[in-house]
Parts: sequence; C-alpha cells; structure tokens
Amino acid sequence: MSIEDIESEVVSEFEMFEDWTDKYNYLIEQGKSVKPLEEKYKQPQYLIKGCQSQVWLHASYENGKIKFRADSDALITKGIIAFLLRVLSGRTPDEIINAKLSFIEKTGLKEHLSPTRANGLNNMIKQIKLYAMALKAKNKN
Amino acid sequence: MSFDIQKLREEFPVLHQQINKKPFVYFDNAATTQKPRVVIERLNDYYSNENCNIHRGDYYLSRKATEAYENSRKTTQLFINAQRPSEIIFTRGATDALNLVASSFSRKFIGKGDEVLISAMEHHSNIVPWQLACQERGAKLKIIPINQSGELIMDKYYDMLNEKTRIVAITHVSNTLGTINPVRQVIKAARQKNIPVLLDGAQAVAHMKVDVSQLDCDFYCFSGHKMYGPMGVGVLYGKEEWLEQMPPYQSGGEMISNVTFAKTTFNDLPFKFEAGTPNVADVLALEQAILFVQSLKYENIEKHENNLLQYITQELQKIDKIRLIGTATEKTSVISFLFEDIHPYDTGVILDKLGIAVRTGHHCTEPLMDFFQIPGTVRAALAVYNNKKEIDLFTEGLKMVRKMLV
Ligand SMILES: Cc1ncc(COP(=O)(O)O)c(C=O)c1O
Repeated sequence: MSIEDIESEVVSEFEMFEDWTDKYNYLIEQGKSVKPLEEKYKQPQYLIKGCQSQVWLHASYENGKIKFRADSDALITKGIIAFLLRVLSGRTPDEIINAKLSFIEKTGLKEHLSPTRANGLNNMIKQIKLYAMALKAKNKN
Repeated sequence: MSFDIQKLREEFPVLHQQINKKPFVYFDNAATTQKPRVVIERLNDYYSNENCNIHRGDYYLSRKATEAYENSRKTTQLFINAQRPSEIIFTRGATDALNLVASSFSRKFIGKGDEVLISAMEHHSNIVPWQLACQERGAKLKIIPINQSGELIMDKYYDMLNEKTRIVAITHVSNTLGTINPVRQVIKAARQKNIPVLLDGAQAVAHMKVDVSQLDCDFYCFSGHKMYGPMGVGVLYGKEEWLEQMPPYQSGGEMISNVTFAKTTFNDLPFKFEAGTPNVADVLALEQAILFVQSLKYENIEKHENNLLQYITQELQKIDKIRLIGTATEKTSVISFLFEDIHPYDTGVILDKLGIAVRTGHHCTEPLMDFFQIPGTVRAALAVYNNKKEIDLFTEGLKMVRKMLV
C-alpha cells in the first residue's frame, strides 16, 4: 500500500466515530499499543523536546527504507505517534519527503500539531522529514 | 454580605459561550482573567471618541486625553497606596516592569561580586532578567529555597542576607502554587540591612489588598490583564528615592527634557521611564479594572475565593491518585496537581474537550518543577466570577479523564 492508501485507511477508521470520546478512546488505545522504546534510546540524543510532553525518536536505515520507532511520556501524544509511525515508518526517503500527511487534518488531529501545542509532535514530523532528506542527499553522493 | 455571583458573571461576556457544545469553564485565571464590560467599553469609547496623542498637542482632545491618562495614574497610586503619582510607572506588564528594574537598577547599584536574591518559586519573568543583569555585572544570583509545601524557608533566607546583597526580588504570590509569601517578614529582615525589596505582584492584586506604603517595599509590579484589565499594560511602583537615582531604561520621545546632539537631559519622574507614545487606551481601561475590583471590595473577593479554594481542594482530594503540588498554609485560589499515573498534558487535552480551560505544563516556573521532580502540573486558577457549579463540572471532568486514560 502507498502512503496515501494508509492515510485514507486511517481517515476512514476515524470517520466511524461520531463522538469525540470514542475517537479519543481509539487514539488512547493506539497509544497504549505502541511498543515502548528501550531505555537506551530514551536518551538526550533521541529526545525531541516539547514544552510539556517529550518525544523520543529512533531511526534505522535498511534496504533503502527508514524504520522509525518513537515514544512519549504522554499517552495522547503517543496515540498520534502510533498513526505517524503507521504512515511513515518503513518507507523510502522519497516517499517520506513527499508525504502530504493530510490525514492529520482530515481526522481532526491537527489541533495537536499546532505550534502552541507544546507536545513535540510538530518537531517529530520535522525531524522525520529531515532524516529522509539527509539520507537522500547521502545516497546521491 | 457577599455579592451576587450570577449578576457578576453577567458583566463578563466571554463566560457565556459553549465550547464543544459544553458550557465554557474558565479556570486559567492566573494566565489572564476575563474582562468586564466596563473595561471593554472604556477601550471602545476611547478609540471612538477620545483618541489623541498625549502630553504633546495643545488642543482640546489631547488635553483631555492627557488628563484622563494622568487620572488613571492617580487612581493606580491610591489603589496600591503609593505616596506620589510620580512613583507609578506604566509599563507593558509585569515582565516589562521586572526588566526595567533588573536592567536599570543593576547598572547603577550592582557590581562585581554582589548578590541578588530571588526565590525558587519565581516566574521566569523574575528569573531571567536578573540572570542577565547578574551576568552583565559579574554578580551572583542566589536562590532562596522552599520546602515541600511550597513555602519559603525563612531561616535560610535570613542567613542569605548579607553585606553583598544588593536587592531581594521575590514574588508576592506564586503563579504555580498559589503560595502567599510572608512578604512583611521578608521586607523587615531586608530593611534591617538596608537592602531594597522588589515584589512581583502579578498574582496578588486581583485577590488581595496591596498597600505598598504599609508593606514598605521598594518596588512592586503587576500586569493589568491578570486583574480584569486589558492586555498590554502593567504597573511598576518604585520609591522615588530609587527611581530618581536609576538611569533611564528605554529612551526616545516623552522621556527627555532637552535634546541636542551633544547631550540629552532627562525628564522628571515618572516620564523618565515612559519612553515613546504611551498605551493610553489600555491605561484608561486599567483604571476601570481597578475601580471594578474596588467596587467588589477585597473582603468579598477573599471570602468568595477562599470558599472556592476550600471546596475545590476538598473535592479533588476525593479523586484517586491526585497529588497536590503546593500546600502552603497561606494560599490564593490556585490549585496545582497531577495524577500519579497520567501525564498533565493528557489531562489537559481531555478537559479541553469538555469545555474546561486549565493550564497544564510548567507555568513558566521550570526550576520549581525540577524541585518537585515533575514534568508539570494541571493548574486550576479561580477568579471572582467562578462558582461551585463550575468546580463540580471540573471534578466530573477529572473523573472522565481517569476513566479514559487509566
Ligand atoms: C508571578 C508572575 N510574574 C510575572 C508574570 C508575567 O506577567 P506578564 O506576562 O503579564 O508580563 C506572570 C505571568 O504569568 C506571573 O504569574
């Protein structure tokens, strides 16, 4: 499946919920299902500092694809991480660079990514894109 | 006799709306308070009928605006019982006032090896300006410690006062904990050693009567927007003897007496510290906020807010796994807490969905969070227009938070 396919899959999952509580219960459930990052990766070099909740991001590159793992100290932040990983992890640098991530807006999760939401998610996406760009540049040389 | 809360709430247009189809509960009053009609109308009125630059034009409207502006200064003087109107400097807010003092006072009175005392519960606005000033002057910033309840350890404070101390700058009331500091004792001890004291009153003036003459503090500052006034205006009170000696902070128009390219002489107080076109509209609206608070009477405000504090504290203690942060004996109606098993951010998100506005995070007091070894708190800061019904909605909301997140 392409990134876009997965994005629309996520969007239709959210469309099933009419009530915000169901939507957030789903988000929280997804957050709980994210495999916690090992302590060795919960170190300053993997930390994306938010003003309130923290995000740790780890990347590895294999067979032309970047695999991301991430964790957060806040559960709702972690729920959104779950969807970001589902969409962006295991993709080629080009796919990641070109991903529009329109599901964030369509699912109503965008409010968690506004610059004033100090949860580190905005910077996480920036970091993921930067990784992809750096790897792409490196591959060219 | 206390006042009619329902009627009082009518004065605040913002309160009467729905958020996410739920009645709006506003508990972020330590960040900023809502504005009563008189304040909003004053702004509108000024720009509709009176707008002019002041202290300059010799024509009818300008004279009138100048007079109104200076009247607001007098109202402010009486409000905090300063000796003279010239001891009242209008600033952009508490932050601006603190920067003014830290920058100007330090240039004249702080040198290498000197010490500045602040406390462990300061807002960043009363930390960073002093940090910068101390760096610049080669001075040392010393921190008065607090105990686990969030109270100053006074014995430590007394020990820290010495011949190198140039100023003590502490908050009157903590924005994160609600602690009311024993400022009389703080000032008394400093006074014995001739050390000036600055009080950051940003979280005090909306809740308690402040009398700078009785307190005998050297500087006092607050923001208009945290006491039902507009954003963008604040007050610095300084004793004349200090303000006279301090060099100008910002320079430009209004603050000068004569300018030639060779030399400039500065205007008298308070104008020396009010460079440029002042924020006339907000200063006039601030006056309305002051009159509004005075019309409510502090004894009523304190009584009502104390009731709310007791009620919310009692109700919160009934909920599982709540840890209160800040349990000082003397407190304003601010309550900070966190769930032992839920990140404050998550709590804030769910409350937001329920139409309840609280602040989560470190509240611009990161060193204080480090002291308690927590990532942040959830803070409910109550104001005079809040009521028990809202507290019930809030505690219901917290139960929902637990249901969803645990
Ligand atoms: C204790 C304290 N001091 C200073 C400030 C800064 O006030 P302002 O942002 O209005 O300048 C605040 C605001 O939160 C505060 O709570």
